[in-house]
Amino acid sequence: MDADLLTEPDDKIELKGSGIIAAIKASGIEFVLSVPDIVTSGGLLRPIARDPELKLIRVCKEDECIGIASGLSYCDKRALTLIQYTGFLDSINAIRGIAVEYGQPICMMIGLLGHDPYTTPRNSPRYGVRIIEPILDAMGIPHHLVNEEADVAKIRPAIEDAYANSHPVALLIGRRPSAS
Amino acid sequence: MMKRDKCFRVLARHVTDEVVVSTYSSAVDWLNLGERTLNYFSVGAMGLDSSHALGLALGRPNKRIICLQGDGSLLMNLGCLVTIAAAAPRNLVHIVVQNGTYEANGGHPIPNTEVEFAAMARAAGYAHVHDFSQLANFEQQAAHVLKQEGPVFATLHVERTKPLTYDYPNLYDPARRKALKAALQSS
Repeated sequence: MDADLLTEPDDKIELKGSGIIAAIKASGIEFVLSVPDIVTSGGLLRPIARDPELKLIRVCKEDECIGIASGLSYCDKRALTLIQYTGFLDSINAIRGIAVEYGQPICMMIGLLGHDPYTTPRNSPRYGVRIIEPILDAMGIPHHLVNEEADVAKIRPAIEDAYANSHPVALLIGRRPSAS
Repeated sequence: MMKRDKCFRVLARHVTDEVVVSTYSSAVDWLNLGERTLNYFSVGAMGLDSSHALGLALGRPNKRIICLQGDGSLLMNLGCLVTIAAAAPRNLVHIVVQNGTYEANGGHPIPNTEVEFAAMARAAGYAHVHDFSQLANFEQQAAHVLKQEGPVFATLHVERTKPLTYDYPNLYDPARRKALKAALQSS
């Protein structure tokens, strides 16, 4: 079995990938733009790649997603950028220019690699995770933590609001979604 | 070696309802040829012009998208060649203007002025690849290049120009973005 399909050994809480994907589709997302991330690989990216209702565009570097999503938004097409938090950090300038300064509806789903899902991102054992929410706050980007099943309900309203009011949004995936 | 503004004059003769994505020096020279609603200047981050163009091409597969990208910009986003080739939009024409400098940032040379972008695009898997150094040749081929089934790539080898004036507030005017979006969503 590939490493991305293994569940976290000590995690008793299941976050179903199928529920997240259903919420993505219900939000009108047509395109998923992605660089693989081990947190979301097995539970989201693999099933999305097989899903005929979603068009997956595999990119080489995460900031490409921000430009592609912008071009799609001019054509009234909705896109989700599915990346790891490291890719978010690498894409800050593109997000600054395109998503924030131009007010584009760039919707990002960001896997928090190395995060302990039993604590908050601000208290994460991983430095890179601890700085994500403060950076999003500094940039004025709304963000939502998707850490357990009840959080999945946040996805659709967040994406709908981003497109209705033309602003970016970040959905932080706090634990590895299951492939079920 | 050619001049960028002359190359764009050639190009403009064949451009009708295509969306033209351009930034920095290319945007200045392109805009000097006339206002068009279907100009896309608000790229937001250097290097992402080609990625915006890919998004437009995927979003409007029946509309031709032309990207006029500088060599410095492409170097900041070389992976886009592989992404675009894999996505394979038939309606995208990716033109790279190679003058060997970061013209809008002081005219400093790019790390290797002899880099062969056409070879890179060919290796990445573009459907058609061109390399132009002579204006007469480009004039002869331009219409053909713009009509080929994409993704199409072309390098234009041009001279450095005298310093341009960059009117960024005008190029990035939100009204341009609004008008472009309205035009794309209504046509």
